Amino acid sequence: MSSRPAAPHNVVWLDAPSFPEAARKALADTGLRRNLGRATATIRDKRLAVTGELADWEQLRQAGAALKRRTLRHLDGYLVQLEEAVTRAGGTVHWAADAAEANRIVAGLVRATGSTEVVKVKSMATQEIGLNEALAAEGIDAFETDLAELIVQLGDDRPSHILVPAIHRNRAEIREIFVREMGRRGRPAPEGLSDDPRALAEAARLHLREKFLRARVAVSGANFAVAATGTVGVVESEGNGRMCLTLPQTLITVMGIEKVLPDFADLEVFLQLLPRSSTGERMNPYTSMWTGVTGGDGPQEFHLVLLDNGRTATLRDTVGRQALACIRCSACLNVCPVYERTGGHAYGSVYPGPIGAVLTPQLVGVEHAASLPFASTLCGACYEACPVRIDIPQVLAHLRAEVVEAKRRGSAVPSAEALAMRTAGAVLGSPGRLALAQRAAALGGRLLGRGGTVGALPGPLRRWSGARDTPAPPAESFRSWWKRTREGGPEKEDGHDCP
Amino acid sequence: MRIALFITCFNDTLYPGTGRAVVRLLERLGHTVEFPQAQTCCGQMHFNTGYRPEALPLVRGFTEAFAGYDAVVTPSASCAGMVRDNHAVVAEQYGDGELRRAVAGITPRVYELTELLVDVLGVTDVGAFFPHRVTYHPTCHSLRMIRLGDRPLRLLREVRGIDLVELPRADSCCGFGGTFALKNADTSTAMLADKMRGVLDTGAEVLCSADNSCLMHIGGGLSRLRTGVRTLHLAEILAATEGDPR
Repeated sequence: MSSRPAAPHNVVWLDAPSFPEAARKALADTGLRRNLGRATATIRDKRLAVTGELADWEQLRQAGAALKRRTLRHLDGYLVQLEEAVTRAGGTVHWAADAAEANRIVAGLVRATGSTEVVKVKSMATQEIGLNEALAAEGIDAFETDLAELIVQLGDDRPSHILVPAIHRNRAEIREIFVREMGRRGRPAPEGLSDDPRALAEAARLHLREKFLRARVAVSGANFAVAATGTVGVVESEGNGRMCLTLPQTLITVMGIEKVLPDFADLEVFLQLLPRSSTGERMNPYTSMWTGVTGGDGPQEFHLVLLDNGRTATLRDTVGRQALACIRCSACLNVCPVYERTGGHAYGSVYPGPIGAVLTPQLVGVEHAASLPFASTLCGACYEACPVRIDIPQVLAHLRAEVVEAKRRGSAVPSAEALAMRTAGAVLGSPGRLALAQRAAALGGRLLGRGGTVGALPGPLRRWSGARDTPAPPAESFRSWWKRTREGGPEKEDGHDCP
Repeated sequence: MRIALFITCFNDTLYPGTGRAVVRLLERLGHTVEFPQAQTCCGQMHFNTGYRPEALPLVRGFTEAFAGYDAVVTPSASCAGMVRDNHAVVAEQYGDGELRRAVAGITPRVYELTELLVDVLGVTDVGAFFPHRVTYHPTCHSLRMIRLGDRPLRLLREVRGIDLVELPRADSCCGFGGTFALKNADTSTAMLADKMRGVLDTGAEVLCSADNSCLMHIGGGLSRLRTGVRTLHLAEILAATEGDPR
């Protein structure tokens, strides 16, 4: 299998600006701020309620983490085992080194059926490889059937959340998209459609039913695949996935290689961790599992496309590889104070939020997503919420070092930041130099400070001082106070009245 | 017990009052505090911004400055977290066997101030007097990195005269994040605005926490808007007495 894809493909959107620039725009979008604030707060509370009620939640997390890590250590063996089991059960396994190869395989399989359209189950892997666009280029229409993905597709939009891709839309916007776009791609929205959630869902049902009944080919992702049995599974809330997985003649599943699990019994852990962490439910409404093909029941042709697309390169990094344990629950997005305010589009990737900030740069190479590891305060809320205990702050700090190292290699002239860090390192490297710098700062404080604070700061520090005052450096640092009052013995006057 | 104070470069330069408060508090409780003059910085800024090789001499300097003490106390949860979680990472990645052993030897003896008070010295009533309405912000690193739990609140509840009020959405990050506040200034400000709203909703006169860095951020916003709320390190409240108010 190959290493990272030559081009970053759809994992990152090539026209996306850096995170700070995109975030600046998103923060000014008042509707987005309100939609996201409400939606993430609701999911956060639900998740806390259903994870808090299990006495063994922490043990479940530990079990999930241990299972994933063990599987990743022996991934090669489990994948071969999976291939054998799927083949034995009547399916066909394809190996795709990158997005382009996966898209070629899927397009070829669809063409072979003679169909020019497919229905799709919500899937991150097919978003990652840009499958819909690739199929369109081959004259094949791909119809998203997950309600939120349908909203995104009809709106010619991009997903902004792993679980709730249209989280940035409110119901008035959704109604407008349905009224405007449904008729152009199938059954139009009913006359006089309101923005009542039930009415919107009913409109989507009618629009999608036509597609389900006509479809001969379905494309899905997978939440897991069991190496021992060849069983593949998808969990979902709407039942639209179940329609796609059962009605068409041909089913094509695109799955990242890290989704394999050793044994059927391992599902006991993940079918508890996933719904409670993602939708805040005790059990997900629809769990579909299939093992190859069954004569006279469901799809009679099954293809499993195993996708690398940067994953084996990620696996080589002993710190970063834990990101591959992700089960795409999106709990980290909902608790992230950065995501909550900027939304998913600012990350410029199909994988937004904290997990995206560690996964995306690894899948495409840090130079293609250099601002993402810095899009976090390292507050640790993500690590605490992660059902498989991915230490996201640790990986972020690790990737920051890789970004700095890549910039060092890429340029003979150090950046202003690198120079500042080097200077700070020199000053902090010696107590004498630090004391000198403190005396200089105290002098500056006396010149600039008014009432104990400094207002405007120069250069890049303006970004700080635009919204915050800064304390004026006091006349006496702690170390000089100590020297003055304690060098000769601790009895001397306590100088705490210094400014 | 030989207690060494790790003041941190940030407090040393900008908040010497916090260091003096720690000394006053521990001496009042009958302990001797030493200040190893060779100390400078834990290397957190370099480490968290991706400049790991630059953090190596600072990690080495820390182990040299604090060798031989029974306990090292610091009034900074995030610097305590840096020492505890990341000095070993730096030593492992860039250092030699000697440094790795030195780090492993010192790390278990490094305490954030409230850990030292509650766990090692076994006190929660430190004899403080602070007659003001106060709210407490548990910083991210105190909450999720070194897991101070309710130690700071147990200490604050014993302070005489205090009117301690709960901060809404207290566990949510204030948006500082070190160089994050510069690299992602807009997002940082948006988070700051929400944190300030929570502080103002309490009607508190003083916001306190276990880290002056977060307080510089929140306090900088509160000061810019002339909100009439001041920020104070937890140590300064615990050091305050009737004879020596803050």
